[in-house]
Amino acid sequence: MSIILDHVSYIYGKDTPLAVAALKDVSLQFPDGQFVGIIGHTGSGKSTLVQHLNGLLRASSGHIYFNGEDIYDKDFDMKKLRSRVGLVFQYPEHQLFETDVFSDVCFGPKNLGLDKREVELRAYDALRKVGLPDELFYQSPFDLSGGQKRRAAIAGVLAMKPEVLVLDEPTAGLDPKGRDEILDQVKNLQISTGMTILLVSHSMEDVAEYVDRIVVMNGGSVMYDGTPREVFRHYKELEEAGLAAPQVTYMMHRLKERGLDVDVDATTIEEAADTVMQALGRSGKQRQKS
Amino acid sequence: MLRDITLGQYYQTESVIHRLDPRVKLGGTLLYIISLFFYKNPLGYAVAILFLAIVIRLSHVPFRFMVKGMRAILFLLILTVGFNLFLTPGTELISFWRLTITKEGLQTAVTMAVRLTILIIGSSIMTLTTTPNNLTDGLEKMMGPLKIFRVPVHEVAMMMSIALRFIPILLEETDKIMKAQIARGADFESGNIFKRAKALVPLLVPLFISAFRRANDLALAMESRCYRGGEGRTKMKPLVYRKRDWIAYGCIVLYLAVGITLGRLVWTRA
Amino acid sequence: MGIVKTSDLVYEYIRRDEDGNVEGITTAVDKVNLDVTQGEFVAILGHNGSGKSTLAKHINAILNPTEGTVWVDGMDTSDEEKVWDVRQTAGMVFQNPDNQIIGQVVEEDVGFGPENMGIPTKEIWERVEESLRAVGMYQFRKYSPNKLSGGQKQRVSIAGVLAMHPKCIVLDEPTAMLDPSGRKEVIRAVRGLNQVEGVTVILITHYMEEIIHADRVYVMDRGKIAMEGTPKEIFSQVERLKQLRLDVPQVTLLAYELKKRGLDLPDGILTAEELADCIMRV
Repeated sequence: MSIILDHVSYIYGKDTPLAVAALKDVSLQFPDGQFVGIIGHTGSGKSTLVQHLNGLLRASSGHIYFNGEDIYDKDFDMKKLRSRVGLVFQYPEHQLFETDVFSDVCFGPKNLGLDKREVELRAYDALRKVGLPDELFYQSPFDLSGGQKRRAAIAGVLAMKPEVLVLDEPTAGLDPKGRDEILDQVKNLQISTGMTILLVSHSMEDVAEYVDRIVVMNGGSVMYDGTPREVFRHYKELEEAGLAAPQVTYMMHRLKERGLDVDVDATTIEEAADTVMQALGRSGKQRQKS
Repeated sequence: MLRDITLGQYYQTESVIHRLDPRVKLGGTLLYIISLFFYKNPLGYAVAILFLAIVIRLSHVPFRFMVKGMRAILFLLILTVGFNLFLTPGTELISFWRLTITKEGLQTAVTMAVRLTILIIGSSIMTLTTTPNNLTDGLEKMMGPLKIFRVPVHEVAMMMSIALRFIPILLEETDKIMKAQIARGADFESGNIFKRAKALVPLLVPLFISAFRRANDLALAMESRCYRGGEGRTKMKPLVYRKRDWIAYGCIVLYLAVGITLGRLVWTRA
Repeated sequence: MGIVKTSDLVYEYIRRDEDGNVEGITTAVDKVNLDVTQGEFVAILGHNGSGKSTLAKHINAILNPTEGTVWVDGMDTSDEEKVWDVRQTAGMVFQNPDNQIIGQVVEEDVGFGPENMGIPTKEIWERVEESLRAVGMYQFRKYSPNKLSGGQKQRVSIAGVLAMHPKCIVLDEPTAMLDPSGRKEVIRAVRGLNQVEGVTVILITHYMEEIIHADRVYVMDRGKIAMEGTPKEIFSQVERLKQLRLDVPQVTLLAYELKKRGLDLPDGILTAEELADCIMRV
């Protein structure tokens, strides 16, 4: 079971003189349980892409299959799709509206027509999952800190129990600690629930150590699709597309050029430190350490 | 995308009418509208239509854009014509069922239709050739004397131009919040009117909060850039009458003279 | 005295519950002493809620100290008669690019400050042109701000402040809402401002890689100044930075990891080039 995009194109303002192709012939497959980073700079089509996955935008051409069913079929239940593919927008705290956090999280499951007990159970469960402390549940969402608000908003989507969770720039505007906390939490979610997670970001460095796979979007098309290692090998082309591979990648290539035999595929600091030590012939010491 | 919409109905092109001082266009439009109520015979309207045709020609705005403005008032137009046609007493022309068309009725109906049509097209030329910003400037300057009566002219103009700047941003924001709530299963489209009104709460609350946050930020930014009301402010683009503006005023006066003379004189003879 | 100086600056705000009763007092800025010399590029680092933005708002006389004094170019910012002079001397750029542009056309926005100051029309145009050129936005002068990218909008905001001919510009997290390329654009413009135009820059940020070129760095935590020094001195204290919830650049982090593994490297390595040199020397 999975999501399949089959030659999907999308044109903004179709039939107007301002028509812009936001997606061009995109074919992708997201198998269950994968943690995917969708990377691209502003205007690369990454946000447009994810809005197709729950039917908020309708492709100008092409097909999307959710668990084998064509979502553009007449009998396909779009409302159900929206509960199964949870989409967390950029700055999701801007959608909070209830008087307390708990009621706000209930909004999604309530819309699914569940009974009160189930709604509340799900809301509790979701708030726990995002790591929001109990004493904040009945506070006004507007009294929370930036990072807490964002967690509450993510819980609002999680409470619908989606099979696929899509997060559009979940760390925008947060400080480094807040960013790491959110990303760690998302990773835990994926491990504990086996959910498919698509993380949209403009920063390779931030997602490199979390994701299984990176899809690079550029000018509305898929530029690269592979493991972080595979994708970062194209660091020069990425730069031309206005993106940057992690600094570590540059570092490794620079050392390689200078004649040090390091593994240029190292993507995390740990890996990089290991390979440098190894290349310098001090690997023994490192092995003992780890 | 929503950001690309143009507010008002400004039509971007290069023309003498576009370059005119907004005060000329505002004043001219007002005088033109008033003039239409002086004419008592077809000759006056002929002069008005001729004048309008020349201005349209000079403005380089395609005629269909002006007709577009007509669509909105089509209903009003039909209603006015209908009422005048059937409800004016006088010499009977045609009579069927319970309706009677009189000679006087036909006359008034045609006059009203012509008057309304050129009135709408005439004023749409102003909005088509003047940016909202420019229009605000013109209004501020023209209303200036009202300051004596403590009318906050500058403040109102500033509010208008800020509103114009933020409407596209807030529209985009509305679209975003709406999508986010739809993703959480919200339904804005079905149910009766009460249900729909209730469904708007998750949209309106965040929208208002955002608008207030933006207003607060903007006020800070304006203060930190030394904004302290209209007092002692200079203008980067002050409105200055140029030669073409005086010529335009001349043309308007000439039109008024010719129009009113012909439009009334011939009538008294007949 | 420097262009911006604070002495024992304290700012407290009172928290109230729904009925308006006082719940408690929060000290957002706690006895801060800052001294910035004319022409300097100073960075203030800190996580969200560390008090750095509150501090910044004092320099522009948006906030007045609860205790202590702030001087801008010798003027006490709490002197009400000097408020406008203070704001003209120390301009401010804010975080959200959308919420600080007033004009509907780029050039009109840049002219807003000078208009408020009562500058004659002809000079406004000169200032607008030179400011837009300084941030590389001159070719966009006739654009609607709504059609610009985030980075471009922030550059317009910088030009808007520059046109007021300030001696000092305070930038309050100007890059927090931008993508990496927008961030680079803005930082480049800020450096140009400092080096070419000679304007004193106080850059407030939580991105460590943006402060590499600063002359001096203050790190704030819980309203206090926790660290002070050159970027090199700051970056050499990796453990301390991590404690303060700050993100150490990967190059510095790698150097730190290598040192931990027994490699003999100097402290406070900032650039990839530097690190490569040092490793090759080993």
